[in-house]
Amino acid sequence: MDASLILLALMDGVSYAALLFLVALGLTLIFGVMRILNIAHGSLYAWGGYFAATLGLAITSLALPPALGLPALFVAAIIIGGLLGTVLEFFLLRRILDKDPILQLLVTFAAFMVLEDLQRLIWGVQPIFVSDVVGQLGTLEVAGVTYTRYQLLVLPSVAVIAFLGLRWFLRKTALGRQVTAVTHHREIATAMGVNTNRVMWLTMALGGALGALGGALASPTTSFTPGIGAEMMVLSFAVVATAGLGQIGGAALAALMIGLARSFSIYLMPELEVLMPYLIMVAVLLVRPEGLFSTVATRRI
Amino acid sequence: MPSMRLAVVVAVLVAAVLGVTLWVPWLKTPVLIALADGLAVTGVIVLIRAGQVSFGHAMYACLAGYGVAFIGRALHLDALLLIALGTAAAALAGAVIGMFMVRYRGIFFGMLNLAFSMVLFSVLGKFGAVTGGTDGLRFDRPSFAGVHLEREGFEIALLALALGLAVIAGWAVQYYFRTVDGQALAAIKTNETRLEYLGISAKRVFWRAYTLSAGLCGLGGSIFALTQGLVTPEMGYWVRSGEVVFIAVLGGSAHAIGAFIGAFVFSFVKLYAAALLTAWQLVLGLVLIVMVFVAPTGIFGLIEKRLRAKPAAGHGGTP
Amino acid sequence: MTAKAPAGLLSTRGLSLKFGGVVAAESIDFDLMPGERLAVVGQNGAGKTTFINICTGFLKPDSGQVFFDGTEVTGRNPRQITRLGVGRSFQLPQLFTEHTVRDCLMIAASAVRSHGGFWLPLENAVDRDEIESTLELLQLRSRSHDLAGALPEGQRKLLDVAMALVLHPKLMIMDEPTSGVSSDEKHGLMTVLMKALDERGITSIFVEHDIDIVRRYATRLAAWVAGRIAADGAPEEVLRDPAVIKNVIGG
Repeated sequence: MDASLILLALMDGVSYAALLFLVALGLTLIFGVMRILNIAHGSLYAWGGYFAATLGLAITSLALPPALGLPALFVAAIIIGGLLGTVLEFFLLRRILDKDPILQLLVTFAAFMVLEDLQRLIWGVQPIFVSDVVGQLGTLEVAGVTYTRYQLLVLPSVAVIAFLGLRWFLRKTALGRQVTAVTHHREIATAMGVNTNRVMWLTMALGGALGALGGALASPTTSFTPGIGAEMMVLSFAVVATAGLGQIGGAALAALMIGLARSFSIYLMPELEVLMPYLIMVAVLLVRPEGLFSTVATRRI
Repeated sequence: MPSMRLAVVVAVLVAAVLGVTLWVPWLKTPVLIALADGLAVTGVIVLIRAGQVSFGHAMYACLAGYGVAFIGRALHLDALLLIALGTAAAALAGAVIGMFMVRYRGIFFGMLNLAFSMVLFSVLGKFGAVTGGTDGLRFDRPSFAGVHLEREGFEIALLALALGLAVIAGWAVQYYFRTVDGQALAAIKTNETRLEYLGISAKRVFWRAYTLSAGLCGLGGSIFALTQGLVTPEMGYWVRSGEVVFIAVLGGSAHAIGAFIGAFVFSFVKLYAAALLTAWQLVLGLVLIVMVFVAPTGIFGLIEKRLRAKPAAGHGGTP
Repeated sequence: MTAKAPAGLLSTRGLSLKFGGVVAAESIDFDLMPGERLAVVGQNGAGKTTFINICTGFLKPDSGQVFFDGTEVTGRNPRQITRLGVGRSFQLPQLFTEHTVRDCLMIAASAVRSHGGFWLPLENAVDRDEIESTLELLQLRSRSHDLAGALPEGQRKLLDVAMALVLHPKLMIMDEPTSGVSSDEKHGLMTVLMKALDERGITSIFVEHDIDIVRRYATRLAAWVAGRIAADGAPEEVLRDPAVIKNVIGG
């Protein structure tokens, strides 16, 4: 495998990992605070992508300045993710906090089913692909390999900013520290005066926005069809499980690992591409079920 | 539920299903699918007994289905043999995977099963030369008990068989729950430490249960494959596994009959919602959400509560 | 090659365990002979339960050995040690909360069943008469069909003991068996329990806080202080030991 192919695989892997990370970040954040695995998270990715594409089409048809294309992606994500996250938290997640874990999962699974159908009713079954933003930003040449600026620069930057931003928020701001407190122990945090309802709402809105952001940023590079939410759900879950539920930094590394494994396998043995994330997940879970970066050891019998 | 009364109810239901399907022929396929689903769900109910949920059990239905397809295409064996082999393949896979799997509990158990199922799904989709890829594998209608039947006849025969298998499987699972192993399995849910301190190996008990559950899913998958004449990787997709768990909770996981109640309700709501609204996931999703809040023990749980609330006429003394 | 195993039913040599900075067990040498009724006293955190946990395989010691009935069992798990003939009841009763009292006992009895395989109905695989008489012995008969999780504290403890008893162990280890039982009933129960253990030739260790019970039912008393056995011998003597009076009874 020659150098330019390696470089290509590398850049491919990193830009893909960036998207994976954003979605996984939302999922793991929600789990950390609410102790619920939100299966509807994949739908947020899909809705983010579809909505971003719709906004993109609107910009073109309303003859608005094309420079709005990139910001529109973020606007789409924040609106759709924040909205859906809030709705899910208020109507569902808040009310199942103390239920049997099996029932909790099924409620989020049911929400996933509902959102999938709604998405199909709104946007139909035809693929939607609005790639203007990528074209606008043009390409870049690195060591003889041509790559789109969007995938090489924008995606990884957003991922890094999201990661650092979230870390700063959780450690340095009062609200963020409250979120961290709830992550460690909800009851104690409530006893200490933390408004856990507000923390949970914020987490779902933020987590939802991150999931939707993954979708919105993916939409200029992939065509969106029904089923893409389900695909991203299980993929982002593979990242989260490999890293360890609730691990933020770990999720970045796991996303990178899985993104690179996938992109290299495309060039080496294409059939493995789809398989890689799950092979990694199986390998990690068999050896260290709590995840690579988790600090909690599971009690295995 | 007193077993005499239950037996009568089951007999009536079986007769009703047979009768209705013969009268309204196009119902055969949805009923067959409901029965296949129901069988898979009894497998999941076995695991729920121990307080565990697998989010990957569709992989056993899928494995069995592909087993049926491969063997059907290669050896053209009889349907009964194909079902037996498909089920055996799934049970064997369950026994092997179970050897690692039974060390895990809770969310880790759920996740590891999911991971395995996605590996299978990806392999089936990608190694198309062998597996037919995402389009799946077709196979010809085999003989049934040695007789070559037309589509209509084959489906009736398969349906009668599936009904019989459903009754046997349901009875077998309920019997299993009353055995030494089945009771120890239920104890895993509440206190595994205690089991160990009684000298009972929870792992071994759970392994047997896991193998059984894989076999039951495989039985469902074999029947599904024979109904469709086609197997696709979708049979093993994670959403499918989720639906199986969905049906278990919908129907009620306390009793094997809940599996079939749930499967029939699921199948028929899906049929009507799809026909009227093209949005069956929406309808079923909302139904499940309501059920979790209003009737978490499922439809069977509701029925049981109703029956217990009625004053028992002519019953001497409380147990 | 290990040296020949000590002659007692339960023996430890040099048993040590530290949790972080806390010494939970410090080089404990101990021998229990068949037929003894050993009471164990000590303040909370003195290491009594830790000792039991190590002997029954729940914890692994940092160093030292445990022997049961002539076999070394250091490092074996609870299931293996139970099968060698040890029955245990816990400070916090370990029950199958969603099973009935009777079912709990039957599951326990099924572990040592004489008739048949794991595919037999539970009802048929155990000696139902023995189940009934054990329920009777521990005054749980009236609660046979209640869920274990619904029982009051005292009866939960007794069920815990009953579950260990039906294993036909050689050694019964009971952690505060009658705490939670009202004081007027305690003695009655202990008399009945100890008589049953004697009849079946079961050696017993019981952790107790009630000194009266210790005086009346124990043939031997060991007092734990800070991970070590501070005094060990006839109950009346141990109870007069100044270290015991200072660290265990008084203060």
